[in-house]
Amino acid sequence: METQKSAEFAHIGKSVIIKGELSGSEDLYVDGVVEGTIQLQNNNLVIGPNGQVRASVHAKGVAVQGKIEGNIRATERAELRKSAAVVGDIFTQRIAIEEGAYFKGKVDIQREAAKPLAVSPAKSESHGEGKSASTPVATASSAGGSAGIATPVGSSTVVTK
Amino acid sequence: MASVSHSFMKLFRGSSTDSAGGIKTTHSAQRLTRRSSGLAELSRAFKSEEPLCILDIGYTSAANIRYLTERGHKVYSEDLLEASTDPALVVNDERGQPILDSKRFLAENLVFSAAQFDIVLCWNLADYMDESLVKPVVARLWTTLKPGGMLLAFFHTQEAGPDAPCYRYHMVSSDTLEMQHIEARRDQRKGPARAGHTPAKSGFRLQRVFNNRHIENLFRDFTSIKFFLTRDNVREVLVVR
Repeated sequence: METQKSAEFAHIGKSVIIKGELSGSEDLYVDGVVEGTIQLQNNNLVIGPNGQVRASVHAKGVAVQGKIEGNIRATERAELRKSAAVVGDIFTQRIAIEEGAYFKGKVDIQREAAKPLAVSPAKSESHGEGKSASTPVATASSAGGSAGIATPVGSSTVVTK
Repeated sequence: MASVSHSFMKLFRGSSTDSAGGIKTTHSAQRLTRRSSGLAELSRAFKSEEPLCILDIGYTSAANIRYLTERGHKVYSEDLLEASTDPALVVNDERGQPILDSKRFLAENLVFSAAQFDIVLCWNLADYMDESLVKPVVARLWTTLKPGGMLLAFFHTQEAGPDAPCYRYHMVSSDTLEMQHIEARRDQRKGPARAGHTPAKSGFRLQRVFNNRHIENLFRDFTSIKFFLTRDNVREVLVVR
């Protein structure tokens, strides 16, 4: 499987070994070895089939085909392909795990960030069974707020392919 | 010769229709459905408003993760059967016989704080795991469960026969499971020579059959134990710490 460089994102080839902090504001494809941390906040990370990452990872989307040992924090979506081996906790809004992927750790599905204007404050309770992925809840911490009855972490989407 | 950008976008766009469709067909062809009284009993707890902490020690199941996280619970996944096939666990006992090093196994697996979990989904692990690991694992599970926490396990009856296939279980509703035959995940599945779970090609083999007394002994530290008989030569057992 040959891969070629693209201007759209950075590419760490399979012979590359990086130790330390990796951060950036473009999408990143890792097919080599990375130890440390990877911070991409608003961008996507793909760990290729040859990738071996020993790092905690923070990105918008994280797709794993190779191996990762460390926590994954994906603000939007985490995806474990069938060749993935993940040892660590995953914090994300949506997760997809293919058959055959190895996963050891915790899955913590997190709600989407609360939007400033709730659409209809009174209805949030009746969404309990809803499977739709986006059920933003009006901020809950203020004590009296009737609308925000600490709705459970409801917005999970796990896809098996 | 797909470019990196192409494969990159494909990963985040979701799978293409043909590959997704192909896999789906295969899976649905392999999966069987069964009713589970144990799960039905457990499902009452899933309705809890309080988020529960649940440990699934079966084969990684996206369906189970989805089912539980949709209900607001936290899920920990650890495939102990797979972990028990790590060749590094094999040591020789004093007679030179290969055995699995249970201390090392527990140092590397099930490393959780005491009384962390409300529920443990054990599935059929005890039937297929190497003998030397079963009791230590159950003892560790006891410590990781909260008082009042529950554990669901399945045990084959004698009638199931030695070739009873090893299934993974996917929760599809409050009392229904989908069963999928487990195939070897990796080729280096080599345990001690006598460990029957190790043949790589055909998946795991039944190691032994527990009778009711064995099961009661295995869980003797737990406060209660409930048996559910099923039609498919499996006993479902729900124990409470």
